[in-house]
Amino acid sequence: MAEHTRRTVLKSAAVTAGGAALAARAPAAAGAAAVSIQPAQTAEITLSVNGRRRAVSVETRVTLLDALRERLGLTGTKKGCDRGECGACTVLVDGERVKSCLTLAVMRQGSEITTVEGLADGDRLHPVQEAFIRHDAFQCGGCTPGQIMSAVACIEEGHTGSDEEIRQWMSGNLCRCACYQNIVAAVADAAGEVRR
Amino acid sequence: MKPFGYTAVRDTGEAVRLASRTPDAAFVAGGTDLLNLMKDGVARPGHLIDVNGLDLAEVTETPAGLRIGGLARMRAVAGHAAVRRGWPVLAEALLASASPQVRNMASIGGNLLQRTRCGYFRDTGSPCNKRVPGSGCPAVEGWNRGHAVLGGSDACIATHPSDLAVALLALDAVVRVRGTAGERKVPIGDFYLRPGATPHVENVLRPAELITAVEVPRSATARRSRYLKLRDRATFEFAVVSVAAAVDLRGRRVRDVRLAFGGIGTTPWRSPEAEAALRGNDLTAESVARAGRALVRDAEPRHDNEFKVELVQRALAELLEELR
Repeated sequence: MAEHTRRTVLKSAAVTAGGAALAARAPAAAGAAAVSIQPAQTAEITLSVNGRRRAVSVETRVTLLDALRERLGLTGTKKGCDRGECGACTVLVDGERVKSCLTLAVMRQGSEITTVEGLADGDRLHPVQEAFIRHDAFQCGGCTPGQIMSAVACIEEGHTGSDEEIRQWMSGNLCRCACYQNIVAAVADAAGEVRR
Repeated sequence: MKPFGYTAVRDTGEAVRLASRTPDAAFVAGGTDLLNLMKDGVARPGHLIDVNGLDLAEVTETPAGLRIGGLARMRAVAGHAAVRRGWPVLAEALLASASPQVRNMASIGGNLLQRTRCGYFRDTGSPCNKRVPGSGCPAVEGWNRGHAVLGGSDACIATHPSDLAVALLALDAVVRVRGTAGERKVPIGDFYLRPGATPHVENVLRPAELITAVEVPRSATARRSRYLKLRDRATFEFAVVSVAAAVDLRGRRVRDVRLAFGGIGTTPWRSPEAEAALRGNDLTAESVARAGRALVRDAEPRHDNEFKVELVQRALAELLEELR
C-alpha cells in the first residue's frame, strides 16, 4: 500500500469538484464581464507552468506559491518566510521575477510561470545552475531555487556589471548559511556564460 | 487568512461601483503589502477587487511633466528614461525601495497606500490605535526606535514607510483619484493625515476611491534632485531616516528648493521652514545647518529615537553637499 505523505494527501485533496471557471486574463477590454469568486468557493483556473498548461482548483486564499507546491507538486520552489522577505519562493511570471508568496493564484490566471524545475533542458542544466554547482554557491540549499531564479532574471535584466551591482540586485534573496561570496561569484560567472 | 471573495474587474468605473456596494472590499494590485497584512490578520477584507486588468499602467511624459498610471510598477517608473532625466529623485527613491522582485510587482498607487511598519500595528497580539481604534498605543512608552519625532500624538507615533511618497512630496506631485462621484485631484502634501485622535484614518481617500494616476510637474528643482536613504542594512530595508532634496542653483545661490523627509514624521514630511532657511541664500555649511535646525525645531523624540534628530540633520547636509 502506498504510503501517504503530507504532500500526497494534500495533492489528492486538491482534486475536488470545481466551482467557478476563470477566463484567461485579457488586456483591459471595456465591457468585458468581471470574473467573480465567492468566499470559500473553489475556482478552476489554468496556470501555464514551465510551458505546460495546468488546471488547478483553488480557493481565493491560495497563493501562487502554495498552488505550485501543494496543488501541482512542484516543490522546487521553497516556502521560507511566506512574507516576501527571504526570496526563497522566487519564480518568473511572464519573464519577470516575483515572490510567489505575495501573489494569489487566482491573480495569475493565464500567466506564463517558470519555476526552477523549468530551467534545465532535459539532463542539461541551465548555465546558472551549472555555475552554482561550480562555485559551491550553497550549503543547506533552502534558498537555492529562489537564488537561481532571481539570478536568471538578474542576468536577463543586465544587472551584473560588477560584484557590487550583483549584490544590490540579488538583495531580495537571503541566504541563512551566508554563502553570499560564492553566490555572487556564481552569478558573475553565469552572466559571462549566458552572454557567450 | 479569513475567507474572502474575489472579482477581477476590467473597467475603472466598474471597480469603484463594485467597491462602493461591497462591504469590506479592498482593491488589490501588486498585493505585496496587502497579502502580508491579511496573512497576519491585520487586514481582514471580505472581498478583493483585482484592478490589474485596468488600463492604468502607463508612464507618459507630457508638456506639463510626468503622468504615472496608478498601476505602473515600481520597476517601470524607476527605469523610465524620462524619469531618470527629469526627476532623478523619483528613480532613486524607487530603486532604494524593497527588492527587485517586489519592485516588479508593487504598483505606484499601492506603494502610496502601504501601511506602517510599526511592529505593534503588525502584531495582532498588541493594542494599536491604528488597527483597533481606542485600544491604545504601546509605542509611545515602548519600543519606538523606528518611530516619528514629528507630527505624532498620544494616540500614535508610527511613520509612513513609503520612499516614493517622500520623493513625490519634494516634487509637488498631485494624486488623481476616482470614486463613484467622478475624479478629483489631491496635492500629495494634502494626501496624508497626521494621526491626531484618529490614527486609523491615514489619508483623504473616501470609501471606494481608487488612485488612477500621479502627476509630477516639470521644474528646474526636479531636474536637480536626489534621494538619500539611511537604513540598518545596506539594501532591502526601510528607512531609519531619508531625505529628498530638489534645488535650483545659480552658482551657490539657492533660487528654489524643496525638502522632504522620511522616517522622522508620522506622514512623509515636508519642511517649509528648512526650505525658507535656504531659499535666496548661498548654499553654505552655515545655511544648511540653519535649515537642519529649522527642520527639527518642534521635534518630540521618545526614549529610543532621539538619535534621529541629529541623524536627519547630518543626512540633509550630506545630500545638499552632493547637490552643490
